[in-house]
Amino acid sequence: MTPKNIKIQCPLPHATEDTIRLAHGGGGHLMQTLIHEIFLQAFSNPFLNSLQDGAVLPSQDGHLVMTTDSYVVHPLFFPGGDIGSLAVHGTINDLAMMGANPLYLSAGFILEEGLSIDTLKRVVSSMAKTAQACGVHIVCGDTKVVDRGKGDQIFINTTGLGVIPSSVDIGPHRITPGDRMILSGDLGRHGMAVLSKREGLTFSGDIASDSAPLHDVVMDLIGRGLSIHCLRDLTRGGLASALNELASTAQVSMTIDESQIPVSESVRGACEILGLDPLYVANEGRCVLFLPLADVDKALSILQSHAISALAVEIGEAHPLSSNHTAQVILRTPYGTHRILELLSGDQLPRIC
Amino acid sequence: MKYVDEFRDPDAVHALSREIHQITRHPWTIMEVCGGQTHSIVRYGLDRLLPPAITLIHGPGCPVCVTPIELIDTACQLAALPEVIFCSFGDMLRVPGSHEDLLHVKAQGGDIRIIYSPLDAVGIAQSNPQRQIICFAVGFETTAPAQAMAVLQARRLHLSNFSLLVAHVLVPPAIEAILSSPENRVQSFLAAGHVCTIMGYDIYEPICRRYQVPIVVTGFEPVDILEGLRLVVAQLEEGRYEVENQYARSVHRTGNLEARKVVDEVFESASRNWRGIGEIPESGLQLRPTFSEFDALRTFKDRIQLSSRANATESECQSGRILQGLMKPSACSAFGTRCTPDHPLGAPMVSTEGACAAYYQYRHHEVAPGEK
Repeated sequence: MTPKNIKIQCPLPHATEDTIRLAHGGGGHLMQTLIHEIFLQAFSNPFLNSLQDGAVLPSQDGHLVMTTDSYVVHPLFFPGGDIGSLAVHGTINDLAMMGANPLYLSAGFILEEGLSIDTLKRVVSSMAKTAQACGVHIVCGDTKVVDRGKGDQIFINTTGLGVIPSSVDIGPHRITPGDRMILSGDLGRHGMAVLSKREGLTFSGDIASDSAPLHDVVMDLIGRGLSIHCLRDLTRGGLASALNELASTAQVSMTIDESQIPVSESVRGACEILGLDPLYVANEGRCVLFLPLADVDKALSILQSHAISALAVEIGEAHPLSSNHTAQVILRTPYGTHRILELLSGDQLPRIC
Repeated sequence: MKYVDEFRDPDAVHALSREIHQITRHPWTIMEVCGGQTHSIVRYGLDRLLPPAITLIHGPGCPVCVTPIELIDTACQLAALPEVIFCSFGDMLRVPGSHEDLLHVKAQGGDIRIIYSPLDAVGIAQSNPQRQIICFAVGFETTAPAQAMAVLQARRLHLSNFSLLVAHVLVPPAIEAILSSPENRVQSFLAAGHVCTIMGYDIYEPICRRYQVPIVVTGFEPVDILEGLRLVVAQLEEGRYEVENQYARSVHRTGNLEARKVVDEVFESASRNWRGIGEIPESGLQLRPTFSEFDALRTFKDRIQLSSRANATESECQSGRILQGLMKPSACSAFGTRCTPDHPLGAPMVSTEGACAAYYQYRHHEVAPGEK
């Protein structure tokens, strides 16, 4: 062998990265690239761009409201949204249900090793667009990477900060017998959209998630002086679970009219096939409102003027505890018979938000 | 929704209710066989639209409820094997065995997948050639054709990693068992529309003659059920006993001949133990010897300890009395207290079609303490 046949080469790492590796969460060069090229580029705003350990935010008039929620939906992309838009809408809606105007969000990402960077970019870009459309800034964030098999592509946590005028007091403690209940739209779209996408089920007429921000319509209602006693978004467990929780907290009973509750033809069909009850299926852009009878007509006309709540309808009322002193939610069937709506037992649909 | 809305029409429901009131002269006890019918009755409060003289009894037509405990125990053992992907309809996962349920096995690491069709399990077998796929074949005659098709498909594809744990049961032998019981109170039946869609109703004609009971093949919507009840009450009041078909939009006298042929090709009848009721001769299905390579019990006989009824431990569940119509769910001392859908003592509290679950979901607050 002659020396000229020897070719020594140092193995160089691949220059282009198309998947997430553990090092993306390691605090080193790859993590800096991720922060600058993906997160900062999408979310850029003066509060975030300073890249400090925390965001310094201007003081506000009124009470601050803070909420947090984690998003683990599977699949990441579904008709009508994705985990990114959901992580913005979900947390904004939690603030809106307090009567708060949402201002800022944090974004914590748990990424699974092997996730395609393209997928991450799509999710982050959707989050940025959704936040911009809702008028909120994403002001701080965090990224962790877990071993492959220890997560499911992307989990997101968002914490939301909003402000509520000192005069506004909305919550279950204000529900009183005689309050009327308004449902802001049709039920079951989000749960059925996610389930049908996940299971590869096809139904006539595609079902798109109702995922949408509710703060504009809530601010409109409050701004026009309506006396809203309580608001609740109808996420996991759907309308039936939300009403049960509220009845129990407020110590009232409630009666709702099944024939008044809007459910689209395609959601009804899908629920029939799968044996699910739309009253228990998750929504991400629907809420129930409690308010005095005198405000019902005005509230309905305001709600119906917003596209997101165009199908708003009065569905029932709160009344004193039932004769056996329990807080019951009673459904009046189209046949004039009654049945109790219970809390869901077990999971109707796993991981839908 | 076409084919649904017209059968939920409140005007039609009230008109039928009035007719039933008009023709009822005597007290009658009627059993709706299928859990889907029970669910509709309790969900829509249809029993409250009937004259007090009519008593409805909820029958054994919930396959989840009647699957014997030893088969659940066997399923749990199979599902825990590392090489196995265990496929099941979702309802079966929460049914309690002697010591655990399939959900518990899943949490311990068993690869258990919820399927909507047995053919999905064949697809899983194709894409996982290194694993063994077992499909829990549970149900009445309604789901048997799909299981049979899955076996035929697996044979066509030369799959050697697909098998069934068969727990299929048949309705007519159960009806005969109820009628021949000395404690029987049932005077007539609403037969299950979906089962008859596959099997037809000619098979009920000898039962109807032998026991002199009216049998009306009935659907599942409120109008269906009340119309079925009207036909049954009319027969009872007139002293007739015939097999009538309320569910004509779906059921023909001889059923779906193609589906029957497929079932007959793959399965043969066998004695089956019904949970809470006991063994009923010729009331189940098993794979024919020519398909024995698809029998999970045979494939895995050396890997598991076969559970038998003798070593399966039943709880205090009164499901046998409930499923034979000898007791209402709300009359059970454990109902709504020690036995709830979150902590079921027995299968009828688990399945959405189970009589106890239907009562719990729609009525448990109405049960006065003295009633328990």
